[in-house]
Amino acid sequence: MNKVYINSISSISPQKTFDNSEFLNEVINHENQVVFAVEPIYKDYIPPAAARRMAKGIKMGVVASKMALKEAELEHVDAIITGTGMGCLRDSEKFLSAIIDNNEQFLTPTSFIQSTHNTVGGQIALELQCKGYNFTYVHGSNSFESALLDAKLQLELNEAQNILVGGVDELGDHTTKLQQLIHLIKNEAITTNTLLKSKTKGSMFGEGASFFVLSNKKQASTYAELVSVKMYNTLPLDEVSGLTTNFLKKNNLTIEDIDIVVLGNNGDIDFDGYFNQLTSTVFNNTQQVCYKHLCGEFNTASPFGIWIASKILKTQSLPDILKLNDKETGSFKNILLYNQYRGENHSFTLLKTC
Amino acid sequence: MNKGVAITGMGIISAIGNNVAENFQSLIESKKGISRISKIDTIHKNDIMVGEIDYTNSQLEQLLGLSPDNNFSRTGLLGTVAAKEAVAHAGINDINKYKTGLISATSVGGMDMTEKFYYQYLENNTNHKYIEGHHAGDSTQKIAEQLGIEKSLITTISTACSSAANAIMLGARLIKSGQLDRVIVGGSDCMSKFTINGFKTLMILSDTYNTPFDENRKGLNLGEAAAFLVLESDTVVKAENKTVIAYVKGYGNANDAFHQTASSDHGDGATLAMEKALQVAGYTANDIDYINAHGTATGNNDLSEGRAIIRVFGENVPEFSSTKAYTGHTLAAAGAIEAVYSILALQNNVIYPNLNYKTQMKEFNITPQLEFKEKTLKTVMSNSFGFGGNCSTVIFSKEQ
Amino acid sequence: MEALKQELKENIIEQLNLEDMTAADISDDDMLFGDGLALDSIDALELIVMLDKNYGIKLTDPKEGRAIFESINTMAAYISEHRSK
Repeated sequence: MNKVYINSISSISPQKTFDNSEFLNEVINHENQVVFAVEPIYKDYIPPAAARRMAKGIKMGVVASKMALKEAELEHVDAIITGTGMGCLRDSEKFLSAIIDNNEQFLTPTSFIQSTHNTVGGQIALELQCKGYNFTYVHGSNSFESALLDAKLQLELNEAQNILVGGVDELGDHTTKLQQLIHLIKNEAITTNTLLKSKTKGSMFGEGASFFVLSNKKQASTYAELVSVKMYNTLPLDEVSGLTTNFLKKNNLTIEDIDIVVLGNNGDIDFDGYFNQLTSTVFNNTQQVCYKHLCGEFNTASPFGIWIASKILKTQSLPDILKLNDKETGSFKNILLYNQYRGENHSFTLLKTC
Repeated sequence: MNKGVAITGMGIISAIGNNVAENFQSLIESKKGISRISKIDTIHKNDIMVGEIDYTNSQLEQLLGLSPDNNFSRTGLLGTVAAKEAVAHAGINDINKYKTGLISATSVGGMDMTEKFYYQYLENNTNHKYIEGHHAGDSTQKIAEQLGIEKSLITTISTACSSAANAIMLGARLIKSGQLDRVIVGGSDCMSKFTINGFKTLMILSDTYNTPFDENRKGLNLGEAAAFLVLESDTVVKAENKTVIAYVKGYGNANDAFHQTASSDHGDGATLAMEKALQVAGYTANDIDYINAHGTATGNNDLSEGRAIIRVFGENVPEFSSTKAYTGHTLAAAGAIEAVYSILALQNNVIYPNLNYKTQMKEFNITPQLEFKEKTLKTVMSNSFGFGGNCSTVIFSKEQ
Repeated sequence: MEALKQELKENIIEQLNLEDMTAADISDDDMLFGDGLALDSIDALELIVMLDKNYGIKLTDPKEGRAIFESINTMAAYISEHRSK
């Protein structure tokens, strides 16, 4: 079986991450429960005629894709695999409110078309003229990991050589209001600096698009090897540590081999316990890293974690803003990522330097 | 190398029946499930026809024994009914005895509830339980819970009208690669005001019975349905002495990369999908005995698909028909519905008639199968195409 | 008629998000589809809704739109003849 490499990365997030020559040089301290993406100038990447009908999620996805292809020095990929929890939410809201407000009359097709979950993947295929395999996964916090696993299987078996994989989600006003009602979003004011210690219900919500070129051939631009990705729909709290050790063992590693553990803490007192389970037991002596205080929580926030882990491995540097604790570490070789959302859809991803 | 993946169970609920047996009966009796809409209050009710399932939500909840405080969308309810039938059919008693996953497909997700309570959510908290059920993965999680699948790989695919075909494809790949021993694959989509109005804006809804591959076709009828298959590894089949009902022999996925919604004039993506599926199966076009076409009865699909079929099969196009005239277009579930129909065709050596057809299309000279026909079938090809250029083909076979 | 044409140009730019254009950039006889503004089938559906909403004209078959939406001139002529509001 072939090894699988991350040959390029790109991320549009609530931090200024779209410029890959930097690594969180300046951090935006958000002071809101809802944080929006810092957007690049789309016109530099998408012709106006193509962009005029594109939703924000599509623009973010298409531009992040083009950036990823450029860094991998590719013009074509064999497949495009996208993960999105909610798709282009704003257009879904726009179409649904129009149905209700206008009593099903005078509706136009554009927002309906954009509301289809696979519209981002379809538009990327159109922009890149890629007639290959094209899948869209829509499974909550495991949307992106599903895409990652799919790509990995194809590359290992040599069914494809280069695959564009990404995650994208956008914020929508009405949905934000609803998520506030049921306390998925925190009621009280919160900032980037206070989120992880907040000890209240809910989280800060964000948006963004992160795309990667995965390949079974290593090249100069390569960031890391994608060693393993594993998903669980459910996981009892008291089994998380044991399962982590098991996962590492299957990959011939021990807890001591892990230089950094990247966790999906989002400041929700009801569910951060899953992460605390790891930080207080097996990984209490390991460098712990968090990222959702920078990008907010959303179904495809986890690829932002992969972006961070890839950056750490390639640059061998770790910005302070990411550290949950402070451990002396020489070099960074193996990084384990663990994520879950509200106790469901857990994922373990293992990256290694190469 | 080209070994098929065993199918050991199937389940379905659609406008032509609440289980596999009822669906098959309707198919061989040419009984359509298309009518005026009764369960959704829409101003378009006299301009469209749909394939509705008889059960109301509360009847479905009762059937499944759900507590009154459940927050199932209709998508989740239909999906659970079909998935349970599939698991029972496969004779599975202990679902977690083997590494068992679930791959479901949906495009509507929990939109049926969201559209009912969209503004009301802000006014009072009566129906807040449905807010979390909106996202597309919710119905899949609920189906997994109902089947008792824990600590395993479950995911959801949404590639518009090709979604469930892709779920079958992924499931077969997960078995082949040893990631799972057993996987339940399929899809579920319920009727919603959102989709009715969406397709209405595209002006591709027929005001009467849909007529696939007819020169004067006026568009599609929307339908609601769910169907699931159980796929099992050879090891499980052997260990449990399972009866295999058919095999997933080949599959192909390609993108048309032509337009946001429309298929290319000559069906480039569809051609690629069929060719890839033949290649994975290790077949040539001559090995296919029947094609269950996507055949939505829109002007664009049937022309594009017909031309693609000619490109792949040349002078020797086998019998083909679309079953959309029976069920309506069941969107993300269509690939799974038609997988069940393809397997039933193989099991019973029958080809279903393409209903409502009157006039030959003028762009080509291939004609769908118009009469119910008995024919020894070894292989069936099933096509599913969707918005975003998504084209998928799955091939089912009797022999591995 | 001139006022209607101006109104059509402004509405088309707004409805179809032709961000970089102004009404002055569209000539009355420019082809709206194909070589001219390069609008596509989704735009045609948007224009059909515009006819319905603004002028009370209902088209049931998108094919009817082809001749009507050839240019601003053809659109304006059709609307003046058939409008009910």
